[in-house]
Amino acid sequence: MKMQITNVSRRDFLKAGAGLTLSVSLPGAVLAAAGGPGIAGSATAAGDFTPNAFVRIGADSTVTVLSKHLEMGQGVYTGLTTLVAEELDADWAQVVVEGAPAEAKRYNNLFWGPVQGTGGSTAIGNSFEQLRQAGAAARAMLVQAAAERWKVPAAEISVKNGVVSHAKSGRKARFGELAEAAAALPVPQQVTLKDPKNFSLIGRHVPRKDSVAKTTGTAQFTQDVKLPGMLVAVVAHPPRFGGKVRSVDDKAARAVPGVADVVTIPNGVAVLAGDYWTAKKGRDALQVVWDESAAYHGSSDAILADYRKLAGTPGLVARKDGDGDGAAALAKATKVIEAEYAFPFLAHAAMEPINCVMRLGPDSCEVWNGEQFQTVDQANLAAFFGLKPEQVTLHMLYAGGSFGRRANPMSDYLLETAQIVKAIGGRAPVKLVWSREDDMRAGYYRPAFLHRLRATLGADGTPQAWEQRIVGQSIIKGSPFEGVMIKDGIDATSVEGAANLPYAIPNLQIELHTTNDAVKVPVQWWRSVGSTHTGHATEVFLDELATAAGADPVAYRMALLGSHPRHAGVLKLAADKAGWGKPLAAARDKGARRGRGVAVHESFHSYVAQVVEVTVAADGGFKVDRVVCAVDCGVAVNPDVIRAQMEGGIGFALAAALTGVVTLKDGVVEQSNFHDYPVLRIGEMPKVEVHIVPSAEKPTGVGEPGVPPLAPALANALHAATGKRIRSLPIAEQLKA
Amino acid sequence: MTRFTLNGKPVETALPDDTPLLWVLRDGLDQTGTKFGCGMGLCGACTVHLDGQPIRSCSTPLSAAAGKKITTIEGVGKARVGAAVQKAWQKLDVVQCGYCQSGQIMSATALLTANPKPTDADIDAAMGGNICRCATYVRIRAAIHEAAKSLA
Repeated sequence: MKMQITNVSRRDFLKAGAGLTLSVSLPGAVLAAAGGPGIAGSATAAGDFTPNAFVRIGADSTVTVLSKHLEMGQGVYTGLTTLVAEELDADWAQVVVEGAPAEAKRYNNLFWGPVQGTGGSTAIGNSFEQLRQAGAAARAMLVQAAAERWKVPAAEISVKNGVVSHAKSGRKARFGELAEAAAALPVPQQVTLKDPKNFSLIGRHVPRKDSVAKTTGTAQFTQDVKLPGMLVAVVAHPPRFGGKVRSVDDKAARAVPGVADVVTIPNGVAVLAGDYWTAKKGRDALQVVWDESAAYHGSSDAILADYRKLAGTPGLVARKDGDGDGAAALAKATKVIEAEYAFPFLAHAAMEPINCVMRLGPDSCEVWNGEQFQTVDQANLAAFFGLKPEQVTLHMLYAGGSFGRRANPMSDYLLETAQIVKAIGGRAPVKLVWSREDDMRAGYYRPAFLHRLRATLGADGTPQAWEQRIVGQSIIKGSPFEGVMIKDGIDATSVEGAANLPYAIPNLQIELHTTNDAVKVPVQWWRSVGSTHTGHATEVFLDELATAAGADPVAYRMALLGSHPRHAGVLKLAADKAGWGKPLAAARDKGARRGRGVAVHESFHSYVAQVVEVTVAADGGFKVDRVVCAVDCGVAVNPDVIRAQMEGGIGFALAAALTGVVTLKDGVVEQSNFHDYPVLRIGEMPKVEVHIVPSAEKPTGVGEPGVPPLAPALANALHAATGKRIRSLPIAEQLKA
Repeated sequence: MTRFTLNGKPVETALPDDTPLLWVLRDGLDQTGTKFGCGMGLCGACTVHLDGQPIRSCSTPLSAAAGKKITTIEGVGKARVGAAVQKAWQKLDVVQCGYCQSGQIMSATALLTANPKPTDADIDAAMGGNICRCATYVRIRAAIHEAAKSLA
């Protein structure tokens, strides 16, 4: 997701962002007071050195980095820690990381203005200077403390691997020995950051900070939280979006031994018990009559048919290049290339089904959650309970995946938990647990989209006019971000990836039809957002143009990327490493064909190109053999995390490309679990090679940009192998038809 | 009262016999390393060992565990193979969100216990029931080979 991009000057960031003050309240202390579990659960002790909101150094020399961003798998705990440790010259082993509390003033996402949250692949980009400054400030204070103690000039003191030393006198101290003295010093207002050539952690391999906890079963997810007296809530939701409870017969549910309560909330009926299984048995025993007077009854087929009709009519113009003759050129041209691409609803289906733990006090609300949208959730909960935002405390735990789902602009599942807590009078803490089926059916999907593209080619084969009509629901319309993120009726997230098409085409027009008035499916950002569909439509269509021009797909793109060197850079790197132009090894099986396809796409200011190799069997079944990926994300802070995100993004995108589809029939979601919403399994995972473009540009994100090029590169590879164009996703059985 | 051995220690629970072992472990015995993913034996996040064999605890009733030895992620590292798998996982930084990894490690440990030198095809077959939505599969495969090497 993208939000308001604020240019923060270095001065502002020292003032507001880094918050270089000594007065910080720390989550460890809050947690200890509340008796609840935290991530590390360590509390501030006397003698701790807390130079700013991001760093705490204990007397035992442990450096704790407070992460303002959620760790949901993307490696941010490792990334943010790298930034602090680099400038602090800490030893990697002495640094631990904790989730920061929710607080817009100190922990806001600097790219989003006064909002704390994780998304849009912004974590490293917005933190790069801020957290290095936090580390550098702490280092300067430790050095000053040593200088005063040893009575030597600060300039003669060096720091390496967590040891402060003065070479001339041979004196040395660990951070912990200087912590108390450093804490008494004024915080420096200006710090000098390292010259990148002196980096010892940034750009090198460091072990992930969450590996040990996640391989020994000790990592704390929301699902693992247990508070004294806590009740587990399982909710019966209406079968159709917009349905309400008409009446409930809860006799059988209440008769299940261990069921503590049954309460009706605006979006269903919650059954509470001391444990999940009892609550679920109670939920299964409920008899609910639903009021469907306002329920949505749409079906996927009908939605697509309506979108197809809309694509035949002009939409709102999101981008227009050229003198306006594009439409005329298209109308007059003897040869118009035209294609339609269709994309289904998709579920996020993170491994940890949606859940949330909440405890209500007389003037407080405390939440334990894989918390991705801190200040939005804080504000929504505060409004619901009539509290002030600062009375809502959010404990950020590890999230078992999210892919966007846990950053819901409406705070949907947090408010559902709040409604249950309120319905029982706040008498017990509540853990909401959705089953996999609830997670699949209770809403928030990547919206379905349809694209219609038309183009003409000049005598030299290059595109002269390109018209793209995009039809689908807006994620932002009706959300609190409508005012900021929708301009002139255009939701930027619906057209991103198309509206910034990098190819040199003299007449280019991108149009949008937003369908929220007719289609009432709850939709939300899904890893790489608009680029999940725009990337496919644009990169497959460009391939179609290359075919029509009789051109090589890489050479054709390169010729149109003259003013976009970073797109061209990754494209060339991926093509070179994949051996583009050299013939593929022949298929082993009789009748099998092989093919290679390419796609390049920029999302969230990172550039990724992928070359996909496939083998298609005689019966149309196919296997993705290898993906060669090139990425340019500016300075590579953690190269191994970047590789991991490309590998994972490729697998995530491949799942959607192969089989990902959520369908509605008469308003009911037809999928429910991994048997009918299959996701990628290990046998389907291709070999992946990742190549990182060396760069001194500002670092940009990698959580999402690995996703968009995969499906179009695969579709283009399948075309190369079979001559068949894949224009709608998932690919499913299309080659067998 | 149902009794079984959990990670080498005797335990007992008064939960009903039909309670899935997953919820006995998580809610009854506070062993939360074993994860709930699908409830239907489709994703493998809940994989534990019953007398050394990998099973899906979400669809195994407590009654099936009575008198048996259950090993979970909290205990798997006490044995040589489990420890080697965890170490390989850490060395290659396999994890991303981490939610499925307890189950992955339990399945990988069972595989290497039965087959000390698995091929890629063996790995695909043995690990095919364990979903990772972060798609850490490239590294899972590499880590199993790494663990096999370290155990050889």
